[in-house]
Amino acid sequence: MSVAAAAPAKLVRLDNYIPVVGEAEVAEIRALGERLTGRTVQMVNSTSVGGGVAEILNRVIPLLEELGLAVRWDVITGGDDFFAVTKGFHNALHGGAWEMPPESFNVFLAYNEQNRARMRFDSEVVIIHDPQPIALINAREAQSGHWIWRCHIDLSHPNETVWKFLEPFVRRYDCALFSSPEFSRQLPIPQYLFYPSIDPLSEKNRELDEEYIRSTLERFSLDPKRPILTQISRFDRLKDPVGVLRAYQIVRRYFDCQLVLAGGGAADDPEGGVVLDEIRKTAADDPDVHILDLPPWSALEINALQRASTIIIQKSLREGFGLTVTEALWKKKPVVASAVGGIPSQVIHKHTGLLAHSVEGTAYQIRFLLSNPAIAEKLGEQGHEHVREQFLITGTAKRALTLFLYLLNHS
Amino acid sequence: MTEPQSPFQFATATYLTRILNQQARNLAELLQGLEECSDGSVFHHTFQSLGRHHFLTEGFSNDFAQWALASCNQPGLAERLASLDIRDYPSLKDLRADLLRVMGEYAQLHPAESRLSAFEPFYFCESVEVTVPLSFQAESLAEFRDGVARLSHSALNYHFIASRLRLHLGTNDFSNWLAKDLGLDSLARRVNRIDIYTNTIQSMQKKLIALIDQEMAS
Repeated sequence: MSVAAAAPAKLVRLDNYIPVVGEAEVAEIRALGERLTGRTVQMVNSTSVGGGVAEILNRVIPLLEELGLAVRWDVITGGDDFFAVTKGFHNALHGGAWEMPPESFNVFLAYNEQNRARMRFDSEVVIIHDPQPIALINAREAQSGHWIWRCHIDLSHPNETVWKFLEPFVRRYDCALFSSPEFSRQLPIPQYLFYPSIDPLSEKNRELDEEYIRSTLERFSLDPKRPILTQISRFDRLKDPVGVLRAYQIVRRYFDCQLVLAGGGAADDPEGGVVLDEIRKTAADDPDVHILDLPPWSALEINALQRASTIIIQKSLREGFGLTVTEALWKKKPVVASAVGGIPSQVIHKHTGLLAHSVEGTAYQIRFLLSNPAIAEKLGEQGHEHVREQFLITGTAKRALTLFLYLLNHS
Repeated sequence: MTEPQSPFQFATATYLTRILNQQARNLAELLQGLEECSDGSVFHHTFQSLGRHHFLTEGFSNDFAQWALASCNQPGLAERLASLDIRDYPSLKDLRADLLRVMGEYAQLHPAESRLSAFEPFYFCESVEVTVPLSFQAESLAEFRDGVARLSHSALNYHFIASRLRLHLGTNDFSNWLAKDLGLDSLARRVNRIDIYTNTIQSMQKKLIALIDQEMAS
């Protein structure tokens, strides 16, 4: 299925980013784009809506098209049996067990072959996103374009059975792109770092009126006069919400503060419900602990909660890239986070935030920041600049253009 | 001021970061990795890192020093690594030799600490540079000033920081052109003295423009 990038509510043009990244940066992106006018690029993934990959493609493809590249976006199709296998792959690649029957691999290959047969691959650069369409590399012909595998997931501790099945496909690509050095593998092909990014103009990240922020706090019964500590994440054990709560309980001995644990996933995930119960039990009716199980369409509320927070916490035990950290840094918030996954790329200890390795360490860093608001403010300012330099959607577009120029000039 | 022999061609460089199949889990492995890694990797973790983190004007110098501090908790070593000033090195070979010397001395004096596991591994990467000429050039000091004012962070980084390795002269593209083509030796020296460690790219750009304005007014 070929898709057009879903039109955002208001069409965002490259020039809309000038107030955010500056005229010189946008001019430079245009200068790179001019050298690629008319060059053809094909993106292939497994969904056009929902999920981080589709979100990034929906935003970056219009920018590349505005620059004159001819970008085609194809979405693979498959039955429930295919997506059950790919979900199993996803969990196993994140280190979970692989418990599906051996014929699952054949189901996976059959659907990839079906998609290969109906799709055409005549672009100069073909980017295959994630494992679902990975076997489309079988369509590659001797004189065809550059084939790139973009891996958005953490491959640092994959289940061996699944990785052994997928690795031979990966090796046939010209290069692979990873979101963090930690997520990469030992491979014979070049691997490049491609950070995920946030869109500063999206609902979740755009500037908000003070009045809206105030009313959001009122709606959730939060006191704007006392410090607010916030973790935004799914109610998932790997995000360690109970650890956050314990750190808050230590901080409470010294500071009169409030804790917000805001996220989703409790309604449709049985484990989320169990975790939520554990949090409520640990909170023990503390009126300053606010557990907010938000629906998926709460981008503006999350934006407001982040902006109203004194400190943002991300005490994950394991993490992907951690875009909630990126969002917090963009809002100039001091961040205390675990040194896991993509977080150390964002939180440069003592420069753009503080890293911690335990409940007690998290509590200590929070107390330090509450005692030193000038340092907290400086970390927030520097975190904002770090995001501007590395983790905005304009940076994703620029990195993609750089890669295309490099590959096409070295053919 | 003389007529320039050749115009100043503004350009920019963007970088891909290539992740290498090489990691260090303690300081001893960092030392070994630094002996074996490519020049592109030394460049990435020093020159390029300074450009990427230009907004940090206190205490950030290079990736090796930051890792020694944040992941290995060795502030003494971090301080010594951070004190190596890339402006002192006309080549990556010289810079690598000094980084190895500092790490080697530390490993000799502190063999046990050198083997302690770091909180996070160090991932060796290297920079792949793609250079693109921009659509404007300068044939006079006034045009040069206007061009500098139009440059992005990447372009300023390319001409003012990364160029030092290309020129092997202890100078940068701007100073080199001002001295060689316009005969403005004093201005060239003042520009070359702008501290890239304590300035952001923007503040460096402002100082550069202010120096040119002073020269034009004199």
